[in-house]
Amino acid sequence: MIQKEAEKIFETRELNVNMGPQHPATHGVLRLVLDIDGETIVKVTPYVGYLHRGIEKLGESLSYFQALPLTDRMDYVSAMSNNIGYVVAVEKLFGIEAPERAKFIRTIVGEMSRISNHLLWLATHALDIGAMTVFLYCFREREWLLDLFEMICGARLTVTYPRVGGVRNDVPQEFLESLWKFTDEFPSRILEYETLIDQNRIWLQRTVDIGVISAEEAINMGMTGPTLRGSGVPYDIRKHMPYDAYDKVDFDVPIGTKGDTYDRYRCRMLELRQSNNIIRQLIEKLPPGPVMVDDPKFTLPPKDKMMPITHPTKEIAYFILEKACKGCGMCMRACPAKAITGEKKAAHKINQALCVNCANCLVTCKFKSVTVVSGGKGLSDEKLAELAVAPDQLPEDIKQAQQLLVKQFEFIKKGPKAPEGDLYVATEVPKGELGFYFVSDGSGKPFRMRLRAPSFIHAGCLPRLCVGHLVADVIAAIGTIDIVLGECDR
Amino acid sequence: MDINNIISPQLLDAFIKFGINVLVIILKIVVVLAIGLLHVAYATYFERKVIGHMQVRLGPMRVGPHGLLQPFADGLKLFFKEDIVPANADKVVFYIAPIIFMAASMVNLSVIPFSYGFTIADFTISPVIADINIGLLFIFAMAGMGVYGIFISGWASNSKYAFLGGLRSAAQVISYEIAMGLSLVGVMIMAGSLNLTDIVRAQEESVFGMFAIPQIVGFIIFTIAAVAETNRTPFDMPEAESELVAGYFTEYSGFRFALFFLGEYIAMIIMASMATICFLGGWTLPWYITQVVPFINYVPGIVWFLMKVYACIFFYYWIRATLPRYRYDQVMGIGWKILIPVALANILITGLVKIIMTMYGA
Amino acid sequence: MAVTEVRISIHTTGLNPKDIAEKIKGQFPDQVIDVAEFRDQVSVIIKRDQAVAVLKYLHDDPVLSFDHLQDLTAVDYKGKKDIRFEVVYNLYSTRYRHHIRIRAQVPENDTKINSAVPVWSGADWHERECFDMFGIEFTGHPDLRRILMPEDWEGYPLRKDYPLKGPELDKDWPGFTDVLKRSKELREFDWEG
Repeated sequence: MIQKEAEKIFETRELNVNMGPQHPATHGVLRLVLDIDGETIVKVTPYVGYLHRGIEKLGESLSYFQALPLTDRMDYVSAMSNNIGYVVAVEKLFGIEAPERAKFIRTIVGEMSRISNHLLWLATHALDIGAMTVFLYCFREREWLLDLFEMICGARLTVTYPRVGGVRNDVPQEFLESLWKFTDEFPSRILEYETLIDQNRIWLQRTVDIGVISAEEAINMGMTGPTLRGSGVPYDIRKHMPYDAYDKVDFDVPIGTKGDTYDRYRCRMLELRQSNNIIRQLIEKLPPGPVMVDDPKFTLPPKDKMMPITHPTKEIAYFILEKACKGCGMCMRACPAKAITGEKKAAHKINQALCVNCANCLVTCKFKSVTVVSGGKGLSDEKLAELAVAPDQLPEDIKQAQQLLVKQFEFIKKGPKAPEGDLYVATEVPKGELGFYFVSDGSGKPFRMRLRAPSFIHAGCLPRLCVGHLVADVIAAIGTIDIVLGECDR
Repeated sequence: MDINNIISPQLLDAFIKFGINVLVIILKIVVVLAIGLLHVAYATYFERKVIGHMQVRLGPMRVGPHGLLQPFADGLKLFFKEDIVPANADKVVFYIAPIIFMAASMVNLSVIPFSYGFTIADFTISPVIADINIGLLFIFAMAGMGVYGIFISGWASNSKYAFLGGLRSAAQVISYEIAMGLSLVGVMIMAGSLNLTDIVRAQEESVFGMFAIPQIVGFIIFTIAAVAETNRTPFDMPEAESELVAGYFTEYSGFRFALFFLGEYIAMIIMASMATICFLGGWTLPWYITQVVPFINYVPGIVWFLMKVYACIFFYYWIRATLPRYRYDQVMGIGWKILIPVALANILITGLVKIIMTMYGA
Repeated sequence: MAVTEVRISIHTTGLNPKDIAEKIKGQFPDQVIDVAEFRDQVSVIIKRDQAVAVLKYLHDDPVLSFDHLQDLTAVDYKGKKDIRFEVVYNLYSTRYRHHIRIRAQVPENDTKINSAVPVWSGADWHERECFDMFGIEFTGHPDLRRILMPEDWEGYPLRKDYPLKGPELDKDWPGFTDVLKRSKELREFDWEG
C-alpha cells in the first residue's frame, strides 16, 4: 500500500550497469548491459563483436589449406580442437581419409585440448566465484599439457598441428611417455580440485539451482556440449557422428538432470576423467604407420628433392634468357626484391646484387626463359650468359627440383580443387558443437565458409540464464556456459 | 630572582610530571604508529607469501632476499602513482573518504593493550596509549565510523560499481556489527568490564585461562563476524573483484588507494587483536600451561600477544585461499538469520550461568 | 548424485535423408524446388514463402522431430545462380539422429524471409548475424539489430560484392575515422606542459 503510494510520488527506474567490455569476469570482451533493481537482474542485453575479425570472409579468399591457422584464433583456449574440426570437415569435402595413426594422434591431442580447456574453464569459473586456489592448481596441470603441445609442434596455444590428410609430423616417444605419466597422475589431481570446491557449502550455495534450464528449452536454444548435457540431453557428436578414432574407444558421456550450474560443473568434471581415460586407451592402441595421407595432391613436395635450388649453400644464380623472354612483365611483378628490370616487350634483366634467390620468377615465367646457373653466384651478367642453358637442358636433379618448385607454388597459391557441393560437418569441441559449412564451387578456395561457433550461441542464452537472479549469479552464468569471445565473434 | 618565588615546588613538580606524561604519550603514539604501520606492510608480505605457498607458487621473490623489501617497493610505487580523480566525482568528499576510513581504523590502535603496565622510577607505564574503561565500545564505534569512509567513497566516485560496492558494504558492516557486538556481550558478562586490560586480567584469573573455551559459541560468531566486518573472503562483497571490479575503491588510485589498503589491513590487525584479547587471553597464558612448564613465565607477554595475533591473521589468509565467495543475499542471511539469534541465545545462557554462579557463591 | 555417466551407442541412425526429402516433397509439393545430394548429405531447396511452415513441420512431426537447429546461415550466390541468396538451415534430430539441410531461396530485390525464432529460439542470434552480414531481413524476429559489426556500419560484409579489404578510408566507419583523428590530435599533445 505504502509502496504503491510512494511509486505515485517518486519515479523509480532500474539502475543500468554496463558490465564490460573491460571487466574481470566477462572472459574477454563481452559486454553486458544489466538493468538491475536493487541487486536483482531485470534485463540483460549482451553485446558481442568487439573481437570480430571476419574469419568467414577471409576464408573465402584463402585456399582450404591456408585457412587452417585462422581456426586457431577462434577458440584460442582449445585451438587443437578447432583445427581438428576444420581438417575433418575439409577431408570430408575432398573425400579423403587420414591414415589410422594420424586419426589416433588427432584424437589424443583433441582430448588433451579438451582437458586443457576444461581446466581453464574450471580455473576461471572458480576464480569468478571466489575460489582462488583452484585457479592456480588448474594452471599447474594445464601448463603440463601446453608443454606437451610445444613438444609436438613448437607452439603452445595456436598450434596448427593437424593437417588436412593427417597431422604435421609424428609424435615423439617422449611425448607419449610424458602424456602417459600425466594420465596416471591426473585423476588424483582432479580429486584435489574437488576437495576444494565439490562439497564446499559455499560453492553449492552459489551453483545449485542457479541458471536452471530444462532439457527441451536447452536444445531449443541451440545449446550444445556440456552446457546442453548438464540439462540431461544425451547429445554428443563424438557418439552421434563419430569422427577420427572416437568409434574405436570406449567412453561414457556424463549427463546431468537438473540443468543448473552445479550439474554443468559436474558434467565437465566427469568429462575430464573420461577424456583422461580416452587418451590412455588411444596411447595403448596407437597403431604404427604414416601420419599423412599419401597423395601428392594434398601434400607439399618433399623438401630434399627441391634442395638443388632452394638450399642456401648451393651457389646458384637466376638468369633470364634473352631469346626466350617475351617481356610480359610477370616476373617483374612477382619479384619481392624488385631485382628485375626491363621494358615491356623487351628482354628483362635480373640485377644479381639485389636477387634474393626466391625462385618466384622461375615459377611465374610461362615461356621458360628463367633458368638456373649452378655456381653462378657473384658472376657478371656476361659470364652468366655464357654459362646459362635453356631450362630443358639443365641437369636432371635441377630440372626435377624446378618442376617440384612450380608444383609447390601452385599448391600454395591455388590449392587443390574441391568437388562442387555443400557440406556441413560438426565436431565436438570442448565448448560444444563446432560446425563448418562449406559451399564449394569447384575451385581451390571455398565459395562460402561458415563457422558455427558454440560460444556465439551460448552467449545468446545469457539473458535466459540471468534474469531474476542476482548480480553475482551473472558471473556464475558467464562461467557456466564457458564462452571464449574469440570464437563468439570470429 | 629565585624560581621558587614564582612557582611553588609542588606546582613545578606537577609540571614536570605532566610534561613527562605528555612525552610518554607522544612516544607511545610514535612507537605504536611506527610498529603498527610496519606490521601492516609486512602483513601484506606475509599474506602474499602464505597464500603463494598454499597455491603452489612462491609469492614475492624479486625485491630483496625472498622478496623481503617488496612492501616498500609497493609503497613507493603507490606513492608515486598518478592521483586520478574522476571528472564527475564529488571532489571534496572523494578526497575525504579514504582519510576517514584510514583514521577510523588507525584510532583503534590506541586502545589496544599489548601487555600489563610496568613501573620505571615512579612512573607507571601501561603499554596502551589510552587505557579507557570503554575500550570495547570505542572499537565498535570506530568500526562504525569506518563504514562512512567506505560508503561515501562509493557515493562520491560517481561510478556504478563503486556505488554498488558502497551500498553492499554499508548493509554488510551494519549487520555484522550487531552480531559481533552481541558475541562479545558474553565476554563482557564474564569479565564484568569493558576495559580491555581488565578483560585480559579476568581471563588470567578464570578457571579456563581463556574465554574461548566457555565462550566457544561467542568466539565462533566473533570470528565469522570479524571476517565480514573487514570485508575479506568469503564475505568480500563490497569489493568482489569478479563482480564489481574493485567495489567502493574502483575509482581510487595511487596514494588514496593505499590509504584504503592500509585501513583494511589495520582493521584486520585490530580484529585479530580483539580476538586475542577477548577470547585467547591476550598476553597471558592459561595457568595450566604455566604451572606445567614454569620457565615459560620468563617470556615477555608481548611475545605471546603477537603470536596469537599472527595466528589469527594466518587464519584470515587461510580461509581466503580456501573458500569461494558468498552471494550478497546469502551473506545477509547468515548475519541476520543465524549469527544474531545464536549470539542472543549465547548471551542468555551466559547470563543465566553467571546468575546461578553468583547465587550459589561460586 | 545428480550427474550420471551414460553410455550412448554409436551405431544408431535415423531415417535416410532421402526419405525425409521425399516426405517434405509429399507434404509441400509446390514448395520444394529441388533436392541435392553431396557426400550423403541431402539439401532440400525450397521457396521462401512457406519456409517457416516447412521448418515447423520438421520440428513438430513426431517421426522427424528435428529438435536441434545446428546452424542457420546464408550464402550469396552472386554470379552463380539466378536467385542470389539462399538461407541455409542445418537440422538435426538428437532423438532419431538424422540430418537434413533446408535451403530457402531469397531473391536480391526483396531480401525478406520469415523468422524461425518461433520454432527454435536459438535461431535468434543466427538470424541477427545473417542480417548483419547479408542484409537479409527476417520478418517477425523480436530484435533484429546488427550483432557483430557496429550498429552504424554501412554495407553487408559477407556479400560477394563487398571488398575483402573493406570500404575506402574516406568512406570508412565513422567510429574508426574518429579514432584515427583523435590519435593524430593526441600525438601532437605537449606532454612537457
